[in-house]
Amino acid sequence: MSASSSLPDSSPSSSPLHLAVALDGAGWHPAAWREPVARPRELLTAGYWTDLVTEAERGLLDFVTIEDALGLQSSHLTEPDGRTDQVRGRLDAVLIAARVAPLTSHIGLVPTAVVTHTEPFHISKAIATLDYVSTGRAGVRVQVSPRAHEAAHFGRRTFPPLRIEDLDTPAVRELTTDLFDEAADYVEAVRRLWDSWEDDAEIRDVATGRFVDRDKLHYIDFEGKHFSVKGPSITPRPPQGQPIVSALAHATIPYRLVARAADIGYVTPHDAGQARAIVEEIRAEQTAAGRADEPLHLFGDLVVFLDDDPAEAAARREHLDTLAGYPYTGDARIFTGSPAQLADLLQELAEAGLSGFRLRPAVLGHDLPAVTRGLVPELQRRGVFRQSYESDTLRGLLGLSRPVNRYAATA
Amino acid sequence: MSSTSQDKPRKQVHLAAHFPGVNNTTVWSDPEAGSHIEFSSFAHFARTAERAKFDFLFLAEGLRLREQGGQIYDLDVVGRPDTFTILTALAAVTEHLGLTGTINSTFNEPYEVARQFASLDHLSDGRAAWNVVTSWDAFTGENFRRGGFLPQEERYSRAEEFLHTANELFDSWHGDEIVADRRTGTFLRDAKAGAFVHQGQHFDIQGQFNVPRSPQGRPVIFQAGDSDEGREFAASSADAIFSRYATLKEGQAFYTDVKGRLARYGRTRDQLLILPAATFVLGDTDAEAEEISREVRRQQVSGATAIKHLEFVWNRDLSAYDPDGPLPDIDPDLGEHTIARGRAQVRMYRDPLATAREWRELAAANKWSIRDLVIETGNRQAFVGSPATVAETIDSFVQADASDGFILVPHITPGGLDTFADTVVPLLQERGVYRTEYEGTTLRDHLGLAHPDDVRDERAAS
Repeated sequence: MSASSSLPDSSPSSSPLHLAVALDGAGWHPAAWREPVARPRELLTAGYWTDLVTEAERGLLDFVTIEDALGLQSSHLTEPDGRTDQVRGRLDAVLIAARVAPLTSHIGLVPTAVVTHTEPFHISKAIATLDYVSTGRAGVRVQVSPRAHEAAHFGRRTFPPLRIEDLDTPAVRELTTDLFDEAADYVEAVRRLWDSWEDDAEIRDVATGRFVDRDKLHYIDFEGKHFSVKGPSITPRPPQGQPIVSALAHATIPYRLVARAADIGYVTPHDAGQARAIVEEIRAEQTAAGRADEPLHLFGDLVVFLDDDPAEAAARREHLDTLAGYPYTGDARIFTGSPAQLADLLQELAEAGLSGFRLRPAVLGHDLPAVTRGLVPELQRRGVFRQSYESDTLRGLLGLSRPVNRYAATA
Repeated sequence: MSSTSQDKPRKQVHLAAHFPGVNNTTVWSDPEAGSHIEFSSFAHFARTAERAKFDFLFLAEGLRLREQGGQIYDLDVVGRPDTFTILTALAAVTEHLGLTGTINSTFNEPYEVARQFASLDHLSDGRAAWNVVTSWDAFTGENFRRGGFLPQEERYSRAEEFLHTANELFDSWHGDEIVADRRTGTFLRDAKAGAFVHQGQHFDIQGQFNVPRSPQGRPVIFQAGDSDEGREFAASSADAIFSRYATLKEGQAFYTDVKGRLARYGRTRDQLLILPAATFVLGDTDAEAEEISREVRRQQVSGATAIKHLEFVWNRDLSAYDPDGPLPDIDPDLGEHTIARGRAQVRMYRDPLATAREWRELAAANKWSIRDLVIETGNRQAFVGSPATVAETIDSFVQADASDGFILVPHITPGGLDTFADTVVPLLQERGVYRTEYEGTTLRDHLGLAHPDDVRDERAAS
C-alpha cells in the first residue's frame, strides 16, 4: 500500500466540513425511546419525521439519512431477537423522505434502499421522483441484506444463517462478495436509468406532433449476474441528473463498492489513525476502479451524546445502558461530551482525510437539537461550517457538479 | 343501504380525479398545458381536487415506455413519476384527498408493496388506495428481475394470491401491539407482532411484517380489469372499480352485472363502488362546449396519431396511408400482435377483422377519412356542455345506476379541473347530491366503506 501523499486527492471541497445526521426511530441508543423527550408513539407519523428534518435544516446540515430494513429491527446483526423492550416497526424510508420533501427547501434527503431484494428499475424511478418532489435534493443509501429471515420475506432466494464469528470463512466471504457485486451492478443499472433520458428529450414539437425526441431516449441494456434491465426509465432524468448514491462500509469488500459506485461512503473509524488507514484503502480501491479523478466524499459515522457538561452526556449514556440492560456498542465510535469537544474530534478526523461526518444522535429528541444548536454554532465560530445554505441542490451543497449525461456525451 | 321503496333516497355522487399521463387524452400542445412531471403540477392538481371535495386522486402506471413499429412511441406524453413517491409527497400538501395508486402485481413482491401501501397510509393519516392491476408480457418484464415469466392465463391467479398475501401482511398487526410504556420498558405487547406464513402457488413466504397496522387497516382496494375474471376478482376482493363505461347504457349494463356478482361472495351492493373514468368539456353554453369539444378532439388526434391508432387494430405498418384519405382496404394481420407494445388499448379490439369491417362501413357511410374515423369512434368526451348540463347529466347517471360517480380525466395538465371545481361542483352541491365538506378524514370515510377491523369484528360476533 502506497503512502497517502502519493494518492490522488479526490475529496471535493465546498463548505470546509460537511455534516449529516442519521435518523432512526427514537435515536440510536436502544433505550432512547424511554427518555421523556422521546415521542415513541409517534414514530410512524408524518409529523414526527417532519419535525426531525426541519430541525436538521434549521442547523444548515447537508442532508439527513433515513434508516430502513426489510425486517423488524433486531439487536442481533443477522437474525430476529424477539425482544419487546426496544423500538420495533418502521415505515418505508423512501416514502418518509417523499413526505417530508415538500415541507423543506434546502436539506438533502437520503433514504436507505435495500438492494438485495428490490428492483433497480423501481428504485431508480423512486429516487428520481424524490429528486423532482424535492427539486434536486435526493440521494439514496444502498444497503445489502445477507439475512436469511429477510430473504424469506421474498421467497426468491435463500441465504445460510450468518454468524458474526464466521465472517472470515471462505463461504461467507463468497456470499458477501456476491452481494456487494450485485449492489454495484444495481447502482450501475440505476445510474444508467437516470441517464436514459437526455435532459432535452421532451421537445413538444407541435409541428411534427412529437412530444419527445426518441433519439434522446436510450435503452440501457444492463446485463448482470442477478438481473438485467432494458430501459429506458419511465421517469425523465431528475433535476440533479444523478442523485447522490451513498453506502456504509466497514471492510474491504464494501469499501470496494464505495470506491466503484458511490458519491459518499460512510466509514466508522474509532480514531484518526484508523481514519487515515481507511481513507487510504478506499482511495487505492478508487484508483483501481479507474475513478481516481472522480469526487468521492468519505464521511465518518459517530454516535453522539451531546451536553454542554461532558459529565452529563456520560451520565445519560450510563443511564440508558442501565435501562437497556447492557452497554450499547455498535460499529461506530460512541462519543460523549460537549459540542466543543466533538468539534475538536471532528477537526482531528477531518485532517486524517474525511470530508464530512454523519452523526447518529443517541436520543433524537435531545442529541439532534444539540447538534443543530450546539455543535453547528461551534463549528461556525471556528470557520469550518457554512453560515447559510449556498445551494438549492444536494450536489451543490456537497460541491459536486451536475454530471454530463453519459449517453449524450457518447452520442 | 339498499332500498326498495318508491321514493328512493337520492344517491350521493362520488367524484375523483385522474392525473392524465400517457395516451392521447392530454392536449400537450395547448399553451395552457404544463408539466406532467414537475411536482408543482401534481400539487396544483391535488389541491384543486381537494378544494372540490373529491374523494381521491388517481394515478395510472406504466413500467416500460410504449413502442410502435419497434420504436419508442413519441406522439403522446411520454414519462411519468414513481407512483408511491409522488402520492406520498402529495400527502404533504393535502389533508383529506384520497391517494390512489395503480400498482402492478406482476413485477412487484407482496412484502414490498404491502409495506409501501401501509407506509403511505400512515404518512397520509389513512388516505391510501391501491388499484391492483396485472400484466404478463415479457416486453415489460425486460425491466425486472423476474423477466417475462408469467403465462397470460396465470395473471389473475397471481393477482388474487398477491392481494390475498398482502392482506395477510396488513392483518399481521392488529393495531394494539405498540404500548411504548416508558416505566416498564415495554415497547411491544407481543414479540410475534407481524408474524405471517403464506404458502401458495405463486408465493411461499414467511417471517414478520415490519410496518405496524396503518390508520385504514388496509388500503382501499380498486380493480380496473374488465374481463370476466377481472369482474369476478372485483366482486370478491375490491372496494371500488375503475371502469371504462361512461355512457348511460353501457354503464348500467356493467353496473348491474358487477353488483349482481357480489351476493355470491356474501357482500352487499354498497360494498363495491363503480366509478368509470370520464372525460369532460365545459363551455359557457352547450353549443360553446360542443365547439370546444370538436377542437379538443382534433388536437388529440393528429394525422400521425390517427394512423398509429389504426395500427393497433390492423397490427401492420400503415405509415404509407394518408390520414385524410380512406381506410385501408387490406385486412388486419391476425398473428401475434407485434406492431404496438406496452399499450392497454390494443387488447380492447378482441376481434380485429370485425372491427376493421365495421370501421370501413362507418367511414364509407359517413364519408370519413382515417382521421375523422378515429376522432369519431375513439375520443368523444363523456360529458360535454354548460356546467348546468354536465352537473345534471352526472347526477342523472348516478341516480340511474350507471355508476356511483366518476373519475374525471381532464385533457389539460394540471389546470384541467379548475373550472369543473368552480362551476360544476357547486351545482351538484345545490342539487343535494354532493358533499359541501368532508365528513370524515380517511378515504374509507369518503367512500362510505367500513373499516376492515369493523368488518372483522362483525364476522367474529355473528
